[in-house]
Amino acid sequence: MTTMTDAPGTAPQIRKAGFGRLMLAEWTKIRSVRSTVWALLLLVVLDLGFTALFTELTASQWDKTDASARAAVMADPTSTILGSGFFLSQLTVCVLGVMVVASEYSTGMIRASLLAVPRRSSMLTAKATVFTVLIFVLGTAVSFGSFFIGEPILHSKAPVSLGDPGVLRAVIGGGLYLAMLGLFALALGAIIRHTAAGITGVIGFVLVLAPLAALLPGSIGKHVHAYLPSEAGHLIGQARQGSSDLLTPWQGFGVFAIWTAALLVVAFVQLQRRDA
Amino acid sequence: MIEAKNLTKRYGDKVAVDDLSFTVEPGRVTGFLGPNGAGKSTTMRLILGLDRPNRGDATINGMHYRDLPRPLQTVGALLEARAIHTGRSAYNHLLALAQTQGVGKKRIDEVIDLVGLHEVARKRAGGFSLGMGQRLGIAAALLADPTVLILDEPVNGLDPEGIVWIRTLMQRLASEGRTVFVSSHLMNEMAVTAEHLIVVGRGKLIADCSTEEFIERSTEQIVVVRSPDIERLATAVDEDGGKAVLSPEGLLTVTNMEAARVGELASSGGIVLHELTPKRGSLEQAFMELTRDSVEYGGSTAIAEPQVAVPEPQGEGR
Repeated sequence: MTTMTDAPGTAPQIRKAGFGRLMLAEWTKIRSVRSTVWALLLLVVLDLGFTALFTELTASQWDKTDASARAAVMADPTSTILGSGFFLSQLTVCVLGVMVVASEYSTGMIRASLLAVPRRSSMLTAKATVFTVLIFVLGTAVSFGSFFIGEPILHSKAPVSLGDPGVLRAVIGGGLYLAMLGLFALALGAIIRHTAAGITGVIGFVLVLAPLAALLPGSIGKHVHAYLPSEAGHLIGQARQGSSDLLTPWQGFGVFAIWTAALLVVAFVQLQRRDA
Repeated sequence: MIEAKNLTKRYGDKVAVDDLSFTVEPGRVTGFLGPNGAGKSTTMRLILGLDRPNRGDATINGMHYRDLPRPLQTVGALLEARAIHTGRSAYNHLLALAQTQGVGKKRIDEVIDLVGLHEVARKRAGGFSLGMGQRLGIAAALLADPTVLILDEPVNGLDPEGIVWIRTLMQRLASEGRTVFVSSHLMNEMAVTAEHLIVVGRGKLIADCSTEEFIERSTEQIVVVRSPDIERLATAVDEDGGKAVLSPEGLLTVTNMEAARVGELASSGGIVLHELTPKRGSLEQAFMELTRDSVEYGGSTAIAEPQVAVPEPQGEGR
């Protein structure tokens, strides 16, 4: 411990407070925790790494692949390229989204946050905005990176260009999907307020529920499956609607947005009502 | 100024704060005293808008906490439970808080120096000792130069040097005209720090008076007597209007009677005295005595039993 000065501090200069300041503070919180920085780095590495790996495998195994699978790739190479990267990297976004808010509860930071910003909904709005924008920017960059890594690898088998119909929308859609997924996870984290339980919940939604719903018989299963948050949401990362897809890319994204909005409403109401 | 009116908070069927009303005036250190579980932290959380009261109201300078435009400029608070992300450095913790209020970076360095955390300011708060954590909490409380300070058990985990430092700091802040409201379960600590006391037990107000008055009122004169003929003396004291309590070790504790009168009674009864000592009860003892019926024993079912197990205070302190 260093020596303690006891001199009265000069009055701090106070500048105007507003929503911008709250967002700046939330940005400071996000960037100043090592785990979030690592998770973001992992998102980039996993996404680009798996894009390279899977497209390389697809290309090298091309001649041994059966015709229907080949046709699926050729029908929408963009979906193959982006999907191979997102499959694992989206989990980092799930974890991050939960952590950004639930870790405030587990460490007690939430009390300091709410003392500084007693209008609780402003605090959560600022946090959600900063996090979603961050994931959208990073997610879009990664999506473009993934496309430009995968496209030359697949070029000789299934050529695709950014100018083809729906492709640019799909690549930007990759960023949109991750951003919405982040917001979805953040809302669930705010409701559950517990990091481990929140992560389990989100991953349950994203990874477990979909195959489970697919087991339901007939068209019920097909419909439930299609309207699950991540199943509907990832359609925005496809250049065109697949023959077996019930929803168009934008419809799917809309369904995902409705899920997220519903969770956010619950999160905001809970935040106002519950003791911190 | 802090005002609490009929503040009531229940957790399930347990009443943590029970119809508490008091006013904390600026310009002096007000101690908030009570045994553990008396509802001190809950009361502070209610004032700070972290918990909602079931009934009643708490205001700071006439406003609810959540309506304060720049809350940290009005109120600086140190909570008992830690309110710091363990993965974040002390500096970044303060930076994020400062940004919400529009406080400049210069002030962050000032409060870091003020609490003596300069050398560890860039280290993760998760590695901080209890005392360092308290200092960081105090730095956060002072960040925007507030006019009201609410400190929950601030001496927790501080070394003796730190305790003297925080005591001096609180008194200086009060002398500058600020409202300083500080909780503790240690009577002796409060006796030297606070000018005014609000004493609570099991969520209820027990006393609201100056520290001097509290000490005067609660530490009564006692006379300790030792004699080979103690039972006869005890009867004589009782008959003369005193109150005599015989301890298992054969010591007689007399209250409500001067030492001289006890001596006179012994003399007139022909009773030999081995010891006759007038004593003033210790402050800590008085506090224990006062809050004895309102000590929370943790488990909620335990309250149902009559509390006869409390030992007679024998000058043991705590």
